[in-house]
Amino acid sequence: MARSVTLGTRLGWTALAWAIGLAIFFPILWTILTSFKTEAAAIGPPQLFAFEWTTENYTEVQSRSPYFLHFMNSVIIALGSTLIALAIAIPAAWAMAFSPTKRTRGLLLWMLSTKMLPPVGVLIPIYLLFRNTGLLDTRIGLVIVLTLVNLPIIVWMLFTYFREIPGEILEAARMDGANLKAEIIHVLTPMALPGIASTLLLNVILAWNEAFWTLNLTAAKAAPLTAFIASYSSPEGLFYAKLSAASTMAIAPVLILGWFSQKQLVRGLTFGAVK
Amino acid sequence: MGSITLKNVAKRFDEVEVIPPLDLQINDGEFVVFVGPSGCGKSTLLRLIAGLEDVSGGTISLDGKDVTALPPSKRGLAMVFQSYALYPHMTVRKNIAFPLKMAGLEQSEIDKKVDGAARVLNLGDYIERRPGQLSGGQRQRVAIGRAIVREPSAFLFDEPLSNLDAALRGTMRLEIAELHQTLATTMIYVTHDQVEAMTMADRIVVLNRGVIEQVGSPLELYREPKSLFVAGFIGSPTMNMVTGSEAEKFGANTVGVRPEHLKLSTEGGQWNGTVGVSEHLGSDTFLHIDVEGVGLMTARADGEFPAHHGDRIGLTPDPERLHRFDGAGAAMR
Repeated sequence: MARSVTLGTRLGWTALAWAIGLAIFFPILWTILTSFKTEAAAIGPPQLFAFEWTTENYTEVQSRSPYFLHFMNSVIIALGSTLIALAIAIPAAWAMAFSPTKRTRGLLLWMLSTKMLPPVGVLIPIYLLFRNTGLLDTRIGLVIVLTLVNLPIIVWMLFTYFREIPGEILEAARMDGANLKAEIIHVLTPMALPGIASTLLLNVILAWNEAFWTLNLTAAKAAPLTAFIASYSSPEGLFYAKLSAASTMAIAPVLILGWFSQKQLVRGLTFGAVK
Repeated sequence: MGSITLKNVAKRFDEVEVIPPLDLQINDGEFVVFVGPSGCGKSTLLRLIAGLEDVSGGTISLDGKDVTALPPSKRGLAMVFQSYALYPHMTVRKNIAFPLKMAGLEQSEIDKKVDGAARVLNLGDYIERRPGQLSGGQRQRVAIGRAIVREPSAFLFDEPLSNLDAALRGTMRLEIAELHQTLATTMIYVTHDQVEAMTMADRIVVLNRGVIEQVGSPLELYREPKSLFVAGFIGSPTMNMVTGSEAEKFGANTVGVRPEHLKLSTEGGQWNGTVGVSEHLGSDTFLHIDVEGVGLMTARADGEFPAHHGDRIGLTPDPERLHRFDGAGAAMR
């Protein structure tokens, strides 16, 4: 039986939902608006839309620092680390989902527990390792570290997806003469494709936004967009508008990607929760 | 060729012995049904033969060759699953072609075989559809098609009809039986439905708690059940079991009489009772009779048999068709 909801209650809830949505989105909106202000207007009294619009911050930022280099670094680091992590995580999650042992659960929890450690706790050993192996400020170094950082989340997400695939279908493939490789390539992966796609998207976004390791392990050559933004935060001088322009340019690609794939993302995040 | 020999095959899951060591010989071209209540180990036994489970002991041979250590993909057997287990991302054509593709056949040969199987199974109209767009019966046909194209040495069926409605189950049962006639390939069929077992099998293997109770043709099991368990499992409606002093009169611990082997009379008989519910099926009437000193018994009578609730009736067992069992449940001859 459908519950009867009065118009007033519905309006109330709608207004509340919009208010929360706007509150969450407001900092991003403010950043985008500030990026179109002059530096003077940016630190002046707050104005929502009634200010003199300018694109000078964007031209300025682009002439001062190589946006495209940072952009490419971000793309390579985010995509590279996600793809390598997927290549490791697919067989791992397959094994845990379809041949579980008594220790599988413990292993999964142990993997997740590594995400509970504050990264700064291992910064010095990793920094020294990177320095001694020449990986500091290299794309490959960041790809390695972000692969390992996001691996537990990727394994967990894929594990949840794979568990939803009926084991009988894989057994049927085995009976049909498929070996392990054929089973994973022809049956498991295509069936798990929606799950793999949302895992990929989410992890590209996580890796794109990752700021701790990218800021600490890079200087110039391998610095992604996070470092590009950080270079505009300064204790002195007028940098608000330029900082906002840099931020807008850094989040734009991932914002567009997220907008187009929101259906996949929501499905990925709520998978298993609702059937 | 497809003879299957099990020698001392056993299966344990951790400490639980699901199947104690057993021997079984399945001849080439035979239709063998494993039947038993749920949890009796019949599906496990089938999966051991398929290679989907590892044996805990013993050997499995196909045509005299030991395959115990071979993975399922190398045993040359085909299996039809209860859930059909079709590949949801592939069309019917690709589903059926999959085992051939895995076997590395030429595309032209694959097409020829898939078209042939589709024709035999009347799948031509939906060959380009995906499993999600098919009905239960059509999906089951695709699963069978996928099994027959690779020309396996034996087919394994794991309760393939239990997800279908009663009418379709009847039709598919005939189709599978007919397929067996056409292909003359060994088939092992697992079911908990004794009607399926009786109608399809050359030989039935009755399993109870992982132990083979009896192996024999459907009529052998019907006529001469070796144990109380088989007697109670085979036949519909089930055999009437009489215990206590009434059974002792026949020199047994338990006496079994099938509903169709009871002679009914209004003038009294070996046992007397009152008619409770009578089920009129048209061709037959099943009478549920509360018998004095025995309890509830079922008798099968002619479709036109005039019986009403509360009628007094006498029952006399056919002495030739009486089954006697000792205290351990074994048949006494």
